[in-house]
Amino acid sequence: MSTLTSNPTSNEGALRRFIRHLLYVMTDNPVTAIAFILFLLMIIAALFGPWLVPYNPLATDSSSTLQAPSWQHWFGTDHLGRDVFSRVVVATRLDLMIAVTAVAIAFIVGSALGAIAGFYGGWADRITGRLMDTIMAFPLFVLAMGIVAAAGNTIENIIYATAIINLPFYARMARTEVAVRRQAGYVQAARLSGNRDWRILAFQIFPNSLPPMMVQISLNMGWAILNAAGLSFIGLGVSPPTPEWGIMVAEGANYIVSGHWWLALFPGMALMLAVFTFNLLGDGLRDLVDPLRRT
Amino acid sequence: MAIPLLDIRDLTVEFATRNGTVTAVKKVDIRINKGETLGIVGESGSGKSVTSYALLRILDRAGRIADGSIVFGGVDVGGADERTMSELRGREMSMIFQNPRAALNPIRAVGRQIEDVMIQHGLATRGNARGKAIKMLEAVRIREPEQRYHAYPFELSGGMCQRIVIAIALACRPQLLIADEPTTGLDVTTQKAVMDLIVELAAERQMATLLITHDLGLAASYCDRIVVMEKGEIVEAATVDELFANPQHPYTQRLMRATPRLDSQVADLLPVDDKRRASTERQPLGPPLLEVDALVKAFGSTKVSDTVKAVDNLSFTLHEGESLGLVGESGCGKSTTSAMIMRLLDPTSGALTFAGTDIAAISAKQFAHHPLRSKLQMVFQDPTDSLNPRWSARRSIEDPLRRLTHVNRQELNSRVSLLAERVGLPLHLLDRFPHQLSGGQKARVGIARAIALEPRLLILDEPTAALDVSVQAVVLNLLASLREQLNMSYLFISHDLNVVRLLCDRVMVMQAGQIVEEGPTDKLLSEPSHQYTRALLAAIPHPPAHANPNNISVATL
Repeated sequence: MSTLTSNPTSNEGALRRFIRHLLYVMTDNPVTAIAFILFLLMIIAALFGPWLVPYNPLATDSSSTLQAPSWQHWFGTDHLGRDVFSRVVVATRLDLMIAVTAVAIAFIVGSALGAIAGFYGGWADRITGRLMDTIMAFPLFVLAMGIVAAAGNTIENIIYATAIINLPFYARMARTEVAVRRQAGYVQAARLSGNRDWRILAFQIFPNSLPPMMVQISLNMGWAILNAAGLSFIGLGVSPPTPEWGIMVAEGANYIVSGHWWLALFPGMALMLAVFTFNLLGDGLRDLVDPLRRT
Repeated sequence: MAIPLLDIRDLTVEFATRNGTVTAVKKVDIRINKGETLGIVGESGSGKSVTSYALLRILDRAGRIADGSIVFGGVDVGGADERTMSELRGREMSMIFQNPRAALNPIRAVGRQIEDVMIQHGLATRGNARGKAIKMLEAVRIREPEQRYHAYPFELSGGMCQRIVIAIALACRPQLLIADEPTTGLDVTTQKAVMDLIVELAAERQMATLLITHDLGLAASYCDRIVVMEKGEIVEAATVDELFANPQHPYTQRLMRATPRLDSQVADLLPVDDKRRASTERQPLGPPLLEVDALVKAFGSTKVSDTVKAVDNLSFTLHEGESLGLVGESGCGKSTTSAMIMRLLDPTSGALTFAGTDIAAISAKQFAHHPLRSKLQMVFQDPTDSLNPRWSARRSIEDPLRRLTHVNRQELNSRVSLLAERVGLPLHLLDRFPHQLSGGQKARVGIARAIALEPRLLILDEPTAALDVSVQAVVLNLLASLREQLNMSYLFISHDLNVVRLLCDRVMVMQAGQIVEEGPTDKLLSEPSHQYTRALLAAIPHPPAHANPNNISVATL
């Protein structure tokens, strides 16, 4: 059957090939396409949010407090008369920023530790393994709370706390993925070609263990957003009046009883949608970085 | 004429893929009578396995029977519902798979797995299943069946696992047994034992057998009739005698020629007018290149009593320009030996003198940047596994040049092009990824990478074990030509005496970490003195002697 597969034109530019592959991944699975579109919307909101929204997210207006959703205020207004829609859109940047940075740190440090443990085994493996077990032994959210409370109530500390609680996932995954490839034929061949250990790890083994890690990154992104919002909800990290989904839900929760449901609902929906998007995105991302899925 | 047990007419199977519909099997007609053994022979991608999957209706989600009919014992398999099919599968027709370990459930005792299928089809009850399972274990000649009943697949050897798979397949006394490459991955002596067992049990039970294989020799030894498939179509069908006496189709002729027989030379595997044929000229032998002295590799604990010696006191000498074969079955220590010589593994004791330097004294870690590293290279067993899936062929080939030589980009490109030309790899394939190349093309990339640094000693670790015979013929000729062009010495490691002998001047036979026999190839093959060598030789399946299409080998001898 191999003779029947079409010949890829090798002189085609790398970017065009990537776009063609992206289009294939999206059309092959409609769920992935939806996830990519939602993700794109989130990126737009994060980058251009402040210029797109109809009102200043911080501007209070005492004449129109607690108004229900209308054509003027799509998501209604809060107790200070601020436009909920504007606040939800503008908050995207902060929430995404926290999640992306935290996951990036967790991925880089965690996979480096895990890769070294998996490649060398022995003491390196034992030490990182026990370290990760120690982190995992705590309830993760409580650990994050503790870190933020102890280190100080700033956005940076929320990021570090989120990164630390996500570290073990990457370390464990990288360790397994690297360990199964340690004796692969191409690794032996690279040794014969005069590659040093670090080079084999960095250029031969690690890139090949990326596809499953992409799924993890994407799932973690959702958790990280939830985690950051959760910390804000209980009053750690981001402080009012900064627009942030967690704070908005926390503030809005007081008004649900009095029938002002829109205050908590819309930021909550945004949070849910973000987590949902990242969860769906995982498989698509994996397919995108997996060379075997390309023709 | 009696109604055949299985009647396949005009079978066409299609697969929906990313690049449109692919027809894997085209208008195939096959008939098998009761008690008959039919062989389907073809290379990878010929559709032989897909035919059997269609027959059992276990095609992938993407595949479907587009046309044709399959009638088995009066039942229309093509139109039957899933319930009828699961009744048929296992009970009336059953299958032996290629990889016995993958076919068995790793966390269930093998005896239980035999019971499962009998209980499923109502041929045993919980009460009497155990006794029946033990009877089956006895039938497939497993010693101490009472104990083996409780064994898990990982505790058994590959050959034993395949016997269990056979026991499961035969537990319900099916009328048709489909054996899909049942002995690939097994040692040659185990292969003989397994095949003999299948044929014997089939005869005993009046069972029809469908043997799917790429090995013409194997099919010839065990089948009544042979069907040759190429690219999804049957190109020839005949009885074994007819087929070998007078092969009609050019593809069959090519396949026959490419199958090594006891008297063929490496060039005989390719047609007379093929430019890729290697010349038979050999360079004269030079001074010793590699001297191995009392090499030992022990695994296990530091206590002497607990250690297992994978390689036990091995000594031999390899001269410049010489090709030495190292033959043995899996687990005999040949791969450990090659890893030590390649300096990927540190020996427990012993000396390795390569080009005047004792390389055993240099640790495997330091050797990565030693000047001698480039002179000692290797071609790996599995061409797919030995290429980084994320690297293009070009990048794989140029990696040793970038690491161990100092050449600029332009020179690098011209060197890679030259290497590709040398191994017969079309230049436009250089930018493809391994999964976009065929097995033969991947093998060429691996060879190009191994010879990139112009090594003096090349270890060939079963370089053709994963390849089709026609590709094997080309690769073996390529290796023979390269040896003369680049004046290399080869250490050829394989379990297949028949292939080793084509390239080697001298052969060593290894068993349990020790060399049991050594000698010039011709002498070792014609007058084997050790009993193990004789057993190895006897186990190789051979096509009938009058099989050669043009009687070339007879003329050259």
